[in-house]
Amino acid sequence: MAVAESPPSDPEAPPKVRVGRTPGRLGNRVFQGISTASGIFILIILAAVAIFLLVRAWPALIAAPSAFEDVGFMLGRDLWSWVWPLLFGTAISSVIALVVAVPLSIGIGLFISHYAPRRLAQGLGYLIDLLAAIPSVIFGLWGIQWLQPLVSPLFTWLSTNGATAWLEENVGPTIFTGYQAPARNILTAGLVLAIMILPIITATVREVFLQTPRLHEEASLALGATRWEMIRQAVLPFGRSGVISATMLGLGRALGETMAVLMVLSPGYLINFYLLQPGQHQSIAANIASHFPEASGLGVDALIASGLILFIMTFGVNLIARWIISRRAEFSGAN
Amino acid sequence: MSKRIDVNDLNVYYGDFLAVEGIDMVIEARSVTALIGPSGCGKSTFLRTLNRMHEVIPKAYVTGKAVMDGQDLYGPGVDPVEVRRQVGMVFQRPNPFPTMSIADNVLAGVRLNNRRISKSDAADLVERSLTGANLWNEVKDRLNLPGSSLSGGQQQRLCIARAIAVEPQVLLMDEPCSALDPISTLAIEELISELKNDYTIVIVTHNMQQAARVSDRTGFFNIAGTGKPGHLIEMDDTTTMFSTPSEKSTEDYISGRFG
Ligand SMILES: Nc1ncnc2c1ncn2[C@@H]1O[C@H](COP(=O)(O)OP(=O)(O)O)[C@@H](O)[C@H]1O
Ligand SMILES: [Mg+2]
Repeated sequence: MAVAESPPSDPEAPPKVRVGRTPGRLGNRVFQGISTASGIFILIILAAVAIFLLVRAWPALIAAPSAFEDVGFMLGRDLWSWVWPLLFGTAISSVIALVVAVPLSIGIGLFISHYAPRRLAQGLGYLIDLLAAIPSVIFGLWGIQWLQPLVSPLFTWLSTNGATAWLEENVGPTIFTGYQAPARNILTAGLVLAIMILPIITATVREVFLQTPRLHEEASLALGATRWEMIRQAVLPFGRSGVISATMLGLGRALGETMAVLMVLSPGYLINFYLLQPGQHQSIAANIASHFPEASGLGVDALIASGLILFIMTFGVNLIARWIISRRAEFSGAN
Repeated sequence: MSKRIDVNDLNVYYGDFLAVEGIDMVIEARSVTALIGPSGCGKSTFLRTLNRMHEVIPKAYVTGKAVMDGQDLYGPGVDPVEVRRQVGMVFQRPNPFPTMSIADNVLAGVRLNNRRISKSDAADLVERSLTGANLWNEVKDRLNLPGSSLSGGQQQRLCIARAIAVEPQVLLMDEPCSALDPISTLAIEELISELKNDYTIVIVTHNMQQAARVSDRTGFFNIAGTGKPGHLIEMDDTTTMFSTPSEKSTEDYISGRFG
């Protein structure tokens, strides 16, 4: 039987300080190395993507406008008058998606974090996470098979009700003018996108709302706030930057979404706000996907140039979001 | 604007667990009542029942009565939100809203329930409340900075300003100085002595000297052991409690023999 031998303790001895072998330092260094390397790696990937896009898009960017006449899918337009409508289509479908998805996500997130009984909240949370795992092809199919027939009567009503008719007669066309079934229009595409980005936004804002310090919630309640007042006073301001980040995550996905838009939308290359008419709009991503297989020569370059513009767009959106968040950082609750 | 509270045979439960049992207590208007006792004996739990903040905790409930000037706080149809507007609370850790400026923090309670307040009234109220909390001179030049930019002691006084801005009848304080340095503690203690001219104050404290310094009456809580409910052992004028308490355990606790 081994007897643990306690080291002879000398009361005179100075307290022991760890010397030599610099304990812990190796681990520090390894970890620092790994994190620095991954940071650099991400930057390199980003730069590589940007350079690839720029290099491959270059011939299209410098080509004379007349050079694009041979590219069939550009319908005789030069690069910019071809790309602007696509940019517009991308933006408008994403904006529709955000307008629908963000308030809904905040509502669901708050319900899960602050209203629902624990069991129900957990179940709902899992359900939302599952929704995030559904591939976009499925959403596209769902949009065509289920959503389109469902919204069709609503769109018909929007397009033909008294108010719209009166406006058409006295003011001019409205955003609801001229609905044609089936609903292969930009509003349907936006709604499908909204459902697609709902899970990621909801999951993020729910986490953010759950992290509201109990201290601040109680401060509000102790002042005599109702639950809704407490949410407005403590939870929402605290979650503000998180909501913006979540919105940007959703926007990033909506801007780049290809499959669902490709399947749902009947494409067109116009700039207008006729949300219910087919053949008006198209998004950059869906356009690349639909024309890349048949493209050759300058056509490929033009498609890549449109990809470059999408890249710059998402990049810019993220920069703006960072700026919004940092502008009120001292009020963020992070300090 | 200060009321007395009569507590009658009050029990507090967390689900099945009886945390505090059989409290009978009179809290006098315009006075400071200190609650002392070892950790875990239910001081905070009891304090939170006086403005129904315990209801924030799932499954917590109360039996018995707490009557504020004839109105049973637990009577049928009494809205906890209304109770909390009458009975304000200051917490152990200073908790100004980090997303609001100093001025907005003071106005937070007033702005609830969509109560409108004009700009000049708001400015007056901010000055009055911050002056009342002995903070005005220190922050009057930076009312638009975030509340979190203040020191801990200043934050706690900001929280007091926020609580008194809605002109409650009663002010509850749960160890308001335990996260503060001695100088800030002194500032808060002075403030409490001034506030008792207008408010009924109940303060939980771990600090015996503090109870002796600031309070008029002191209640001693104790538990027989972990898992047992807390009781109010005795309550008397502070001078009596600290010189000739009638219970042995009170004397032991006050003289530092346990707890
Ligand atoms: N949220 C809670 N849920 C369940 N039990 C609690 C809760 N808060 C406090 N308790 C229990 O109630 C008893 C009294 O706690 P507390 O009021 O915090 O004591 P004190 O403030 O005197 O230190 C303790 O046994 C504690 O474990
Ligand atoms: Mg306590």
